[in-house]
Amino acid sequence: MIRVLIPHHLRTLANTGKEVEVEVAGVATLRTVLDALEGRYPMLRGTIRDRATQTRRPLIRFFMCGQDWSHISLDAPLPEAVARGQEPLMIVGAMAGGALR
Amino acid sequence: MSGVRVLVGTRKGAFILTSDAARKEWKVSGPHFAGWEIYHLKGSPADPNRIYASQSTSWFGQLIQRSDDGGQTWTPVGNDFAYDGVPGTHQWYDGSQHPWEFKRVWLLEPSPTDPDTVYAGVEDAALFRTHDGGQTWHELPALRQAKGELWAPGAGGMCLHTILLDPSNPNRIYTAISAAGAFRSDDGGATWRPATHGLKSNWELPDPGAEVGHCVHSIAMHPSRPEVLYMQKHWDVMRSDDAGDNWREISGNLPSDFGFPIAVHAHEPETIYVVPIKSDSEHYPPEGKLRVYRSRTGGDEWEALTHGLPQENCYVNVLRSAMAVDTLPSCGVYFGTTGGQVYVSPDSGDTWTTIVHDLPPVLSVEVQTLP
Repeated sequence: MIRVLIPHHLRTLANTGKEVEVEVAGVATLRTVLDALEGRYPMLRGTIRDRATQTRRPLIRFFMCGQDWSHISLDAPLPEAVARGQEPLMIVGAMAGGALR
Repeated sequence: MSGVRVLVGTRKGAFILTSDAARKEWKVSGPHFAGWEIYHLKGSPADPNRIYASQSTSWFGQLIQRSDDGGQTWTPVGNDFAYDGVPGTHQWYDGSQHPWEFKRVWLLEPSPTDPDTVYAGVEDAALFRTHDGGQTWHELPALRQAKGELWAPGAGGMCLHTILLDPSNPNRIYTAISAAGAFRSDDGGATWRPATHGLKSNWELPDPGAEVGHCVHSIAMHPSRPEVLYMQKHWDVMRSDDAGDNWREISGNLPSDFGFPIAVHAHEPETIYVVPIKSDSEHYPPEGKLRVYRSRTGGDEWEALTHGLPQENCYVNVLRSAMAVDTLPSCGVYFGTTGGQVYVSPDSGDTWTTIVHDLPPVLSVEVQTLP
């Protein structure tokens, strides 16, 4: 069981609480966790990963065990503590101040 | 007629304003999709309870929401806007060629006859269509073959912001794209050609009469006379009497012919409305006076409509999709501002009041006249 913390706007969209749990068969990676998350909540497709490229959207960040995993391969195995459900995968909307916001 | 439902898209959510036919007492619902940019909402003419909304943020991308109960509840539908085939390239700011990249949906135009058929205008400019109520979207790629390699993004992005469906001819579609121009299809979107003859862009283009590259801001038509089109261009208010084959300027005595929206009275095809803005450098009303201008002669002769609008220290803008009319016997005219006000005139523009005045910046206003 992987614990995933999702940001406010996606909680509203998927009608979930702050933390959701997903099951992953085989090695837990960001890709397999996101596939499982989107499988359970189809309305999240395109909101975390770009629809066309399946890469992380520019203003999304992945934090685990106090580390920024945003620039690490989606296929890298997750930390053991996350794979075992002791620590969550945090999906975060990046800080992005600006004139139009 | 029982009333109206005004659909307002803002920088931070959607609002739905309802009133009876008097249009004096209003109920405000919202924010819907709080915190998201709502570029556009529009109801189906064939089923007023069916409403589509374009929801996006820079963080989480594009969503399309659908309501089947007049905006009380919403369901996210399809958001996969994949360009047809290899997307190709268009001109970039530095003159190089740049690949088409989907960014957001600017406009949703439901079919006049089928609630499940909707057209979507997107950035980077392209036209999409759904036939299943928004679950799946498919591009009409021939539009980008109308010299798309020469299109270039303007300051607001390379957006397809105007879609007009000819109510008398289901095969005729018009689109307009910022910094690319106006385009027409006579075969349901299978082929397209620029519809720009007569437009002049003396300060924006090296060839002022070029076939593509004009910054069209919006186009409007009256459903009873769809061959007559009115256009607010970057500069110049224009008119075509032959379905966009030829255009002539009708700016007449306007204090500025720069602006964004243009609208046509519901019952008087020669009565049109614009909101003059000082210039492309200063996006607010001339002299700090918010004035809608009305022509009852199809252009050239304009009168300022000021009763109820601020006539000093007003420096808001009215964006291209933020003006609409209802079809009640006394035509209502509506517009929203970047300052968060939504104004209504229940008497064709003679007098104005605010429905709400402290919303986030208004991106779009549409009106449904309810039976």
